[in-house]
Amino acid sequence: MRTPERNNRTQNADGKKPDQRKKYCRFKKSGIKYIDYKNGDYLLKFLNEQGRILPRRLTGTSLKYQRKLAQAVARARHLAILPYVADALK
Amino acid sequence: MQVKQYETIFILTPVLSEAQVTEVAEKFKQVLKENSAELLHEESMGLRQLAYPIQKKGTGHYFLLEYTVGATNAVDVLELAFRRDERVLRFLTVALDKHAVVYNERRRKGEFNKVAAPAEEAA
Repeated sequence: MRTPERNNRTQNADGKKPDQRKKYCRFKKSGIKYIDYKNGDYLLKFLNEQGRILPRRLTGTSLKYQRKLAQAVARARHLAILPYVADALK
Repeated sequence: MQVKQYETIFILTPVLSEAQVTEVAEKFKQVLKENSAELLHEESMGLRQLAYPIQKKGTGHYFLLEYTVGATNAVDVLELAFRRDERVLRFLTVALDKHAVVYNERRRKGEFNKVAAPAEEAA
């Protein structure tokens, strides 16, 4: 078992939690109601290096906008604005 | 019936010249007109790099049409025309919700210079 290592995810060596900042949904915060699938550069913020969509638990996006985001990414992929698979995006 | 607003993006093969692109776009605009759809906006987004090859092509001419459709089946007719035309690599039609309509109006006015080349918007 790797239980001792797993503690590192929540606690640093000095015992403080690594990132205490509260996550927030950036769409709600900045009042974005529609996510444009034509804007590949913007969608890139929500993808990892392989071109996969980052989970809500990392980005803090609300469920409502995560669904819209996923829809926008799907459309962008269909139109070859974003890749379906990539090795070193960004 | 309720009037719905749509937008269609299609990608044309990079083999075409600029003049041919406008000619093909004109053909699809004609299809819309014949099916009593009202064109609101058209935009050539220029020759762009594709994120992955389509039909062994690395680039394509992107073209955007925005229109409203009443009771007719204009979208079906348009998409059939796309499928029959081998110069079209890819197309996507999206029904716009109220937020998208607002967003597109702002985009057209150039409130955010995010997408596309404004220089080619004149067409």
